[in-house]
Amino acid sequence: MITIQNYVRARSVEEAWQLNQNKRNRIFGGMLWLRLGRGSVNTAIDLCDLGLDTIEENEEQFSIGAYVTLRDIELHKGLNTYTCGAASNAVKDIVGVQFRNMATVGGSIWGRFGFSDVLTLFLSLDSYVELYKGGIIPLCQFVSMKPDRDVLLRLIVKKTPGKAVYTSMRNQRTDFPVIALALSKINGEYRASVGARPNRAFLVRSDNAEGFAQLVANTVPTGTNLRGSAAYRTHLIRALCDRALAELEVM
Amino acid sequence: MEIRFKLNGKAVTASVDADTVLLDLLRDKGCLSVKRGCDTSNCGLCTVLMDGKPVLSCSALAVRADGREIFTLEGLQEEASDFAGFIADQGADQCGFCNPGYVVNTIALLRENPDPTDDDIRAFLAGNLCRCSGYEGQLRGIRNYLNSRKA
Repeated sequence: MITIQNYVRARSVEEAWQLNQNKRNRIFGGMLWLRLGRGSVNTAIDLCDLGLDTIEENEEQFSIGAYVTLRDIELHKGLNTYTCGAASNAVKDIVGVQFRNMATVGGSIWGRFGFSDVLTLFLSLDSYVELYKGGIIPLCQFVSMKPDRDVLLRLIVKKTPGKAVYTSMRNQRTDFPVIALALSKINGEYRASVGARPNRAFLVRSDNAEGFAQLVANTVPTGTNLRGSAAYRTHLIRALCDRALAELEVM
Repeated sequence: MEIRFKLNGKAVTASVDADTVLLDLLRDKGCLSVKRGCDTSNCGLCTVLMDGKPVLSCSALAVRADGREIFTLEGLQEEASDFAGFIADQGADQCGFCNPGYVVNTIALLRENPDPTDDDIRAFLAGNLCRCSGYEGQLRGIRNYLNSRKA
């Protein structure tokens, strides 16, 4: 269990950022790791009063606040229309409705967790993160950055013309995925994002569908853990990517 | 820290530590329907409604309840009584340990979707684990209740 000495609801992003410069303080998202985590936090910084819990949509993009929940993603009509249902498919098997009402997009993206369905999904799209000090940077750049003391404000998904598919292999429906794959075709480019490999999501791009599944399987580094071996994961990547390509082509 | 919130329709104040979880606070307030199960955000036993949405009280800080409205099964008795008998008729309550969280989440389901399909029910209740594995009985109970409403 993580122990906490103090709790502050930040009144501004600047206040949250200032507090977060102390390494003993931490910004909290959905708090689902509270019981499984270890260590002591001096001040838990809560951003719940900063209006970061909404999805704003205009003609060009979706702006998804860091405190938007996975359930919001699952139910958002505009986002699911744009992603052809991939957004809902990516999160619908994460534990249960209660969990998804708490887990936040920001927590999942910031943590860059290997098992993250959320990161896997958005990495396949034309996505950016908005950091308080770091500004707006592509998600594919953010995913390989080391965690720092900045504050993640929003995830931005551009409405670049395209379509997307999300698929995963799970040993049990609500378990972490053995492997997860999001495939999109955006502006004619195929983008396969592979998560739970078991490290953080990895992106492969190509202009050709032919041979793409094999390319993804050959390119994505996989590892072994309790859920599956590296060889099994590589085998699954090829199969899931083939299926996703077939699904994408008939959309 | 002092927090104020509404618990089952009544205004409540409480003094809590920064890392007190909502489950412990609610049990301290006499809401013993809120059970500690897995304690790792997985089993749904501790489900309560926060501002109308089902959440896991084992994984929510009590301070997050400040200014919000919480309902436990104690405050949802009337709504629960509509369908609880149908669950019992199927013998689906079995040991009863998972029932409070399961019933609260079923209320949330029926508020959001008054006429769910069997797949809708399975999907919504996937986060409520039953150690007796009484899932089929629970599903039959809810289905019978929904059918009785249409009759």
